[in-house]
Amino acid sequence: MSEHTTDKRVREASRRRFLQAGAALAGGSAISGVAGSTALAEQGNNLPPNVPEWMKAPGDPMGSQPYGTPSVHEKAVVKNISKTLPQYISASGRTPLQELDGIITPNGLFYERHHGGVPTIDPAEHRLVLHGMVDRPLVFTMEDIRRFPSQSRIHFLECSGNPVYTKPYGKTASDLVGLLSCAEWTGVPLKTVLDEAGLQAGAKWIVAEGADAAALTRSIPIEKCLDDAMLVYSQNGERLRPQQGYPLRLLLPGFEGNMNVKWLRRLKVVAEPAYSREETSKYTDPMPDGTSREFTFYMEAKSIITRPSGGQKLTTQGFHEITGIAWSGHGKIKSVEVSLDEGKNWQQAELQEPVLTRALTRFRLPWHWDGKPAVIQSRAIDETGYVQPTLAELVKVRGLNSFYHNNAIWPWRIDANGEVTNGQA
Amino acid sequence: MARLKLKAAFLVSAIAMLATAGQAEDRFGIGREATPAEIAGWNIDIGRDGSNLPPGNGSVERGRTVFSEQCAACHGDSGQGGVGDRLVGGQGTLASPKPIRTVGSYWPYAPTLFDYIRRAMPQNAPQSLSNQDVYAVSAYILSLNGFVPANAVLDAKSLAAIKMPNRDGFVSDPRPDVHNH
Repeated sequence: MSEHTTDKRVREASRRRFLQAGAALAGGSAISGVAGSTALAEQGNNLPPNVPEWMKAPGDPMGSQPYGTPSVHEKAVVKNISKTLPQYISASGRTPLQELDGIITPNGLFYERHHGGVPTIDPAEHRLVLHGMVDRPLVFTMEDIRRFPSQSRIHFLECSGNPVYTKPYGKTASDLVGLLSCAEWTGVPLKTVLDEAGLQAGAKWIVAEGADAAALTRSIPIEKCLDDAMLVYSQNGERLRPQQGYPLRLLLPGFEGNMNVKWLRRLKVVAEPAYSREETSKYTDPMPDGTSREFTFYMEAKSIITRPSGGQKLTTQGFHEITGIAWSGHGKIKSVEVSLDEGKNWQQAELQEPVLTRALTRFRLPWHWDGKPAVIQSRAIDETGYVQPTLAELVKVRGLNSFYHNNAIWPWRIDANGEVTNGQA
Repeated sequence: MARLKLKAAFLVSAIAMLATAGQAEDRFGIGREATPAEIAGWNIDIGRDGSNLPPGNGSVERGRTVFSEQCAACHGDSGQGGVGDRLVGGQGTLASPKPIRTVGSYWPYAPTLFDYIRRAMPQNAPQSLSNQDVYAVSAYILSLNGFVPANAVLDAKSLAAIKMPNRDGFVSDPRPDVHNH
């Protein structure tokens, strides 16, 4: 069956179901407002006791989708990209966190931030140059990089400005902290590659540079380079997507996103940082006294409830699972606490195994909604004992113009109709 | 079970590390030596002290012309008012409720201007300006901010000698700075 025929068939089926479902929507599902197909049909030709139409003819043949895509009924689950940006060359797009389960972000929904557009790089013509304070300056092809002993590890990546401190605050979990994703990364430990060149005495930093139109440049402390930094070529089992740095990127688990330089072409071992534009005039955190913090690498512990969350609606009283994600740039999540009463009382959520260092951790709490207004929120505690703060506590120290590293607790307000909205708005 | 597996993985990697340490000179022999010419072509980062700035120079006057042709469409004729970052003014606002961060008010080091303009600007054609013109545009932006006179010509030495007003405005990361009570 051709793709055209398939599309037509699906469209017709959708239209029929839409017409049939019409009067039966209310109360059909426990939660609505999620982008996937949750509008349940209550009656129709495909419901029991009838035999569904998709059983009465063969489905699409093998090969109709050489690279698989989600169901046509999931078309609304896409990256959250503002339609009113001043320009789209240096811009970001968010992961629809409230639509996802588990801890792994599908590659097509991984958040994006680029500073000079997404380059189209031929891997055969891509090179990594390693020079500076090394015994042997080296140049590597992608084949070379892939010959090194490899490792796979699961880590989150988060943009440092996720979200900013000032209003208007976003409506959904994605609006708020959607510059966050998590993947299984495969590559070679940076230390292995540095050993190949031989670090010289006095090497304290490595300047990493991308092969994009911004030639984005950040300086990485040597301690991180010798610890868990990786040169990554694959993400969730397949080669990196262009938006994620194809064919090669730096991964610095727990460090702010922009330092994980994509399209990596150069590593220069040096005694002091480059003080590049990105690390002086951009990714520095302004304080109320007029000073700014520089080299603010770590993403501190944070969590957010993704269901129920802003933009969704509870359509029935009774049982609901509260679920969300927690993460810390400083290591593992030790616990997540959830409050159902505007932050007065907190109870322990269940953590889904595996709980990995510098990775998203899924948490859950069973809940019985009595139909009354409620404010729900989560707070993460990491293995260092650090407790995720409130927005008020953060603002008291950092003011409203700090822009980066806002890891505040974010409450959701549920009204008597079950509508979920931003509790800070 | 997962913990046991992790422990086993850790042991294996620890043994592998010991083995590597025992034969520190045993390299994989992957990659080839980078030639001085290859490195020179890509080694474009400029130190905050001006190290690695190329030979050449550029005048404010030439910079005005290049800026109007290459930069003003996004940054405005006078370095403000366009869709691009504001480049001038804002001095004295950093401690106010509405800080204005520009090259003049915020950037700590003048050589970074050369570095950034050369590597990333103009946004539609980065690395297309000659070094002379990058010096010139840097000089023009600095003159718009009142840091060099209108007849200035900047080279590696004079660009590095400019002291930006916010040079000492940065502090190291004090986090964890906020505690949940």
